[in-house]
Amino acid sequence: MIATTLSTIVIAMLAAGLLLALVQARRWRAGRAAEVDFVAGLKALPRRYLVDVHEVVARNSFNSRFHALTAGGFLASLVLIVALALPPLRHGAVWALLSLALAAMLAGGLMVGWRRRVERPAELSGGRFSRLPFALLAYAAAFLTVALDQTAGGLLPGWLALALVLVGAWGCAELVLGVWKGPLKHAVHGALHLVAHPRPLRFRDGAGRDSAIRPLDLEAPKLGTERPVDFDWNRLLGFDACVQCGRCETACPAYAAGLPLNPKKLIQDLVTALDEEGSDRSYAGHGHPGRPLGGVHGGPAEPVIGPMVHPDTLWACTTCRACVQECPMMIEHVDAVIDLRRFQTLELGATPGKAAGVLEELRATDNPGGRPLSRRLDWAVDLDLPVLAGKGGCDVLLWLGDGAFELRTQRSLRALVRLLRRAGVDFAVLGAEELDCGDVARRLGDEATFQDLARRNVTTLRRYRFDRIVTADPHALHTLRNEYRPFGLDVPVVHHTAFLLDLLREGLLKAETRLSDSVTYHDPCYLGRYNGEIDAPRALLDAIGLTRVEMERSGLRSSCCGGGGGAPLTDVAGERRIPDVRMDHARATGAATVAVACPNCALMLEGVVGPRPQVAEIAELVLAATEPRP
Amino acid sequence: MVEVAVLLSVGRHPASGRPRRAPLDAQALELALQLVESGHAARVHALHAGDPANPALRDYLGMGLDRLEVLDLPPGVDPVPALVARLRELAPTLVLAGAVAEGGEDSGMVPYLMARSLERPIVPDVVALELSGDGADLTQALPRGRRRLVGAGLPLVATLHGSAPAARQSAFARARRGSIDTLPADGVGDAFLEDCAARPWRARPRLMGARRGGTALDRLKAATETRAGQGRLMVQPSPEDAASAIYECLIEQGMIR
Repeated sequence: MIATTLSTIVIAMLAAGLLLALVQARRWRAGRAAEVDFVAGLKALPRRYLVDVHEVVARNSFNSRFHALTAGGFLASLVLIVALALPPLRHGAVWALLSLALAAMLAGGLMVGWRRRVERPAELSGGRFSRLPFALLAYAAAFLTVALDQTAGGLLPGWLALALVLVGAWGCAELVLGVWKGPLKHAVHGALHLVAHPRPLRFRDGAGRDSAIRPLDLEAPKLGTERPVDFDWNRLLGFDACVQCGRCETACPAYAAGLPLNPKKLIQDLVTALDEEGSDRSYAGHGHPGRPLGGVHGGPAEPVIGPMVHPDTLWACTTCRACVQECPMMIEHVDAVIDLRRFQTLELGATPGKAAGVLEELRATDNPGGRPLSRRLDWAVDLDLPVLAGKGGCDVLLWLGDGAFELRTQRSLRALVRLLRRAGVDFAVLGAEELDCGDVARRLGDEATFQDLARRNVTTLRRYRFDRIVTADPHALHTLRNEYRPFGLDVPVVHHTAFLLDLLREGLLKAETRLSDSVTYHDPCYLGRYNGEIDAPRALLDAIGLTRVEMERSGLRSSCCGGGGGAPLTDVAGERRIPDVRMDHARATGAATVAVACPNCALMLEGVVGPRPQVAEIAELVLAATEPRP
Repeated sequence: MVEVAVLLSVGRHPASGRPRRAPLDAQALELALQLVESGHAARVHALHAGDPANPALRDYLGMGLDRLEVLDLPPGVDPVPALVARLRELAPTLVLAGAVAEGGEDSGMVPYLMARSLERPIVPDVVALELSGDGADLTQALPRGRRRLVGAGLPLVATLHGSAPAARQSAFARARRGSIDTLPADGVGDAFLEDCAARPWRARPRLMGARRGGTALDRLKAATETRAGQGRLMVQPSPEDAASAIYECLIEQGMIR
């Protein structure tokens, strides 16, 4: 009798949960169509879940342990309880297995309770989530008692067993029906999101890293995303998979600096906007700094920017991908930001601050500073750089980028050129033929200007013969390597740190002078997170004999300098500046020098006032170390 | 409710020489659009005389214009008669234009010639405009940031000063959607212009004389400070004295020989 009641209740709950999930699915289906390979996604699901997601969750081992215990125990118990619906299976061994699963879940539930109720991290959201430990414990403890009793042959009085089943049923309802809006919706939505992910290549079954922004069809009737229903349906599903764990919040450099952006709240705003008459009154976590909760509203067919999300929130993002790197549900925050920015820029012409003027200059002169392209080599008039148009071909094309117009970057470029000469590299530059790569236009949502620059740069590059492109600008590196591919460019693009490391290893450059200072290396987002290159710069620093200390946040989890994504142009005000926050990390190491490998990072970090470590580009350090001994 | 006509020319970027919206004309269009948005003006007629296929015209459409009228004229032709003829037909209360465009031969005379032909007053260097009853209150920019309030009766021609509110951003999708209406126009070619050849000029790059030694402040001063107290101060000179002083200065600097 107990077995029948138990399995009937649980099967009914699962059916109700499925129904609710279908109702939820209708909300995403309102989004735009997207090409999704469901078969491949379903096949890849176990691996994506157990390897890719686990890798993210396991960065906090306590969380991964309780998650494995709770989710594993819960799923196993559901299967076993459903099996108990068949009378021949109501065997002591099945009850014993069920007890085992529930015991594991109980342990996990206690750990969840510890995290949510005792050691509660600040970034966690409350609300419905606060009831999660009680639901887990009610389900696990009550059903465990019943299962143990049944294993032992049914010693408890009937009314007590029934009461326990009812207590467990409440827990089960809370967990399963929670698919609707509650804590467990991420289990269903998250799995579906892994199946229908908009970037399947980012998983290990794909290429492992997929960070390039997708080209936009400029012929489309509406450009960019205005309303929630303008997102692809699987992106809406991705937002709904958010479990409000707040890992993005702790990683976001804009949030840390008190800029009005919290990636978790941004995603929750997009989830809220999926409901008719949605409002953030029931949101129970940290909001966007400086913006009170409860004042925003929206709906699936209403504009997102304005009533739901303040424009400052949109433009505070540096596109550093720290949130994406940290998200256990594999949500693509940056793609959402870029889609929304595209509508603001291309349809409304509402790019804020200096950015609108920069885009206009970029269109008129092909560089964001509005300078004549023939002046790109003025800084090197004494270096007599070989120009590719005069040479016809070379081994290494040195892509200068727009830093060539910048005093600070010219210093590091001079160092790089002297190193290339010292190593006898056959290199050339494009000179006046080099246009801006379009990175800043694309991040600011001006896809039209980006595509124009990309096509013309690709046409120029395909005219010449060279083996590879070397650049000191990770933004240009990422754009040329990953984002020009759909426009027909497929050549190796190497960052100068990797290239210099090769020269040192091949013996073409020799470290002659030992530099004695301690140094800490600041990873540029577009080299580290976007392209996964975190080892070569470190190996280079080691090779020239510097003592290297790591910052609290480094490598793939490094913090942004605040210079990417057009953020310095839109210049949204916060409590602090992002580079000041980052310099605090560098100061904490006690290192005398911060080594940077990106012109933006050099500019942003050198702009920090007060006592601080000196900022040096890696090429400058290598030049100093390879200076021949007198 | 008044009707506004805006004269739009094609500018030329000083660094790249590429066609673009002329900044002052774009500010004139901005003022006109603001008049429509605030309910003071009924509609904006945007007029250009020149090549209807010029892509720079799309920059104006991107500011939110639905349509732009182009009087189809070949290059090197005086646009004034064609513009005057079209403005007589439209009879707008207010004609707005930038104080000067960016073409090689632009002297800023077009608005004046037009005002004379239309027999209307012209107010130059306007930074703000308010319509009240049958007149307009205009704020004029004077040198050194000073401002002057001017009252004028309608209809009138006004030209915009660079310190007027900045032109709004040109949005790609709006630029694509707006339409360009081509109207046939007559004009006489300028024989002098046809004989002229134009080519870009630029100074050769030079390394800055880097001053070594001293403190950072000394080096910064040496790089940025201008030599003071070497000029000649003339207080209310006669026009002849002033002109000869300028002439001498131009010779001294090698501008004329």
